[in-house]
Amino acid sequence: MNTIGTKKNLTLPRRSLLKGMAAAGTVLAAPGIIGRAVAQSGDVIKLGAPFHRTGIGAAYGRWYERTALAAVKLINEQGGINGLPVELIIEDDGTDPKRGVEAVEKFSAEHKVDAIFGHLFSHVSAASAPRAGELKMPYFLCSEAHSLAAGAFNRYVFQPSISDVKSQVSSMAPWITDNLGKKVTMIYPDYAFGYDHRDNLRAAVEAQGGEIVGDIAIPPTETSYTRYLPRIPLNTEVIYHVLVGPGVLTFVKELGEHLGSQRPEIFGFIDSLEAVSFDIPQLAYLEGTHFWEAMPRYAQPNQTSFDKFYREKVGVDANGASVDDPKSVATFSHMFSVWETLFAMKKAMEMADYKGPKQKIAMLEAMESITGFEESNEFPQGRKIFNGKMHQSFAQQNISKVVDGKLKVVHTVSPEDTLYPDEADYTKMSF
Amino acid sequence: MDIVPYLLLATLEGLVQASVLMLTALGLSLVFGVMRVVNVSHGEFFMLGAVAAWVCANLIPGPPYVPFIAALLIAPVFVGALAWAADWAILKRINYNPEATIVSTIGLMYIIQQMTLITFGPDAQAVDAPFYYTVRFPWFGYSGYKFFIIAVAFVLVGGLLYLLRHSKVGLFMRATQFDKETAQNFGIPVTKVYSGVFAVGAMLAAIGGVLVVPSQQAHYLMGHDPLLLSFVVVIVGGLGSIPGTIAAAILIGMSDGLLSVFFSPTLAKIFSTLLVALVLVFRPQGLFGKAGR
Repeated sequence: MNTIGTKKNLTLPRRSLLKGMAAAGTVLAAPGIIGRAVAQSGDVIKLGAPFHRTGIGAAYGRWYERTALAAVKLINEQGGINGLPVELIIEDDGTDPKRGVEAVEKFSAEHKVDAIFGHLFSHVSAASAPRAGELKMPYFLCSEAHSLAAGAFNRYVFQPSISDVKSQVSSMAPWITDNLGKKVTMIYPDYAFGYDHRDNLRAAVEAQGGEIVGDIAIPPTETSYTRYLPRIPLNTEVIYHVLVGPGVLTFVKELGEHLGSQRPEIFGFIDSLEAVSFDIPQLAYLEGTHFWEAMPRYAQPNQTSFDKFYREKVGVDANGASVDDPKSVATFSHMFSVWETLFAMKKAMEMADYKGPKQKIAMLEAMESITGFEESNEFPQGRKIFNGKMHQSFAQQNISKVVDGKLKVVHTVSPEDTLYPDEADYTKMSF
Repeated sequence: MDIVPYLLLATLEGLVQASVLMLTALGLSLVFGVMRVVNVSHGEFFMLGAVAAWVCANLIPGPPYVPFIAALLIAPVFVGALAWAADWAILKRINYNPEATIVSTIGLMYIIQQMTLITFGPDAQAVDAPFYYTVRFPWFGYSGYKFFIIAVAFVLVGGLLYLLRHSKVGLFMRATQFDKETAQNFGIPVTKVYSGVFAVGAMLAAIGGVLVVPSQQAHYLMGHDPLLLSFVVVIVGGLGSIPGTIAAAILIGMSDGLLSVFFSPTLAKIFSTLLVALVLVFRPQGLFGKAGR
């Protein structure tokens, strides 16, 4: 397209050079713009994906992007949505609340997308969801925070795939107190997502006659953990840990170093080891400990054909690592939410015969009318119960044990057992 | 836990923190003392040291101590060269003007950070320690490698002090710090001293980064905390005062360790920030600094 070096431009080399540089700069800086030039609104469904490409959530962002690309490719191969091709526009939000909001605004004003999906970290989604509501932009979370189900957001916000922390924790706690111990010390990140764990675990453990003996909040940007660990009381029977951020591997290593062979039982949310390989000598102490998993990282003996299909499409092997690089471990217990959310959006759009923003309200109402999703290629994590009032899905939960350095599912909670009484009714809100 | 193991762990943590701080803060203090340059990009040199250690670990085969020793040599040389180039390309051109250097080193900070993001990527990367040995106290285990950090830091700082006090290079540096014009009149190549000091300051931070990376992880945003803490140390110790910096690093590191373990790491940060405020109000030249010349 640009004509640097051709004869007719030789008279104005500087200007054409500048033009060329500007063009190249635009192309490099804003991949979204190319797509926009190709597709006019109305002949394509545009989905905005604000992913955590950089910042403390980068490991998740990388895999969310990979999963989204695979899902969109599949949807387009199957004829798109209502005959329209789906176009994915990705923006980096730096795992930063301010940039998360900016991304939502950019998607709305500049890219004019039909819907936004894919925010994970709760401090980012807590800032972005209200803005999406103000802009009347359908906004689908791939997060776990309880805020949505608690009624903190608005009618434009949905979470159709992954369960929220309250449902995860309250359905896990009885198993922990029955099988591991009743005196629990919890270690969690010091912000919204961690507080969901803190509050719900305490309530759930105490309901089982257990006790929280230690309570350790760690800032998600922390890099060194040893100095937090003496606060684990000696009478602890179970350490419950859930941590996020770039330092998780250091945390788990230092925990092992600190405890030595005299460790209590350990129950971790896989978040503490997402994107981290178990294949590290200092993690050997985790043998025999338990983890929560939304979707088992290692293919289980009773692997479904759906799980197999999903792994193949995203490019993940039976050990939960990239097929191109066994060292690159996926965020397997979270990224399925991107895949499933896209298919949930597709289903709602098909129910509303969605062709463009004119059917936006119909699409949102269709979403609210959905009662669940069957286990399928589209929903490989498992069957879902969808609560249209709370805009929240309830899914099965797994407890896995580390056996020979791999995670083996030892207990599964059905979606019905993760339910709790309604806390919100978004259908009573106006659009 | 009883009070004894608590105190032991706190002291160890404090000492590790103090040793790394000593290295990074000394670099910052040296640069300020001699050149009067407030180097905001100092934390990025620290980060580059850590990233260089990761690169070495990936490119150099052999047992973990081979790439680690290589990193201890290569990282400072590489980072020092980069700092030397930055001094030549930027600081020299703006004549070491104090305001301009602050702004330009902020720019440098972002350039280094984003270049690392582009090349190294956004993920945290672990580097194997040169050796694994867990010291088992009766109450808890502690990484043997962290003792090694303490030892190396003290040896390096001792060496640096000796160099400053007893070598010709040290004499040049001290003379330049005392009075730039007079030093120049006595034939001291002040511009060369400046370049050298900026490079050495960055090298100290890089060594800090290499030392820290096996016990943490390399990440493109990791330079932030060491920069802040180094500033705290340098202000408390007195800008440009080497003994002051060392004393303040130990004070801040130890108090950080003790407060973190006994209370919470957040309280430790509050304390160090409060200390800075108090020092600035009641003793602006720092605990060990000499009142304005």
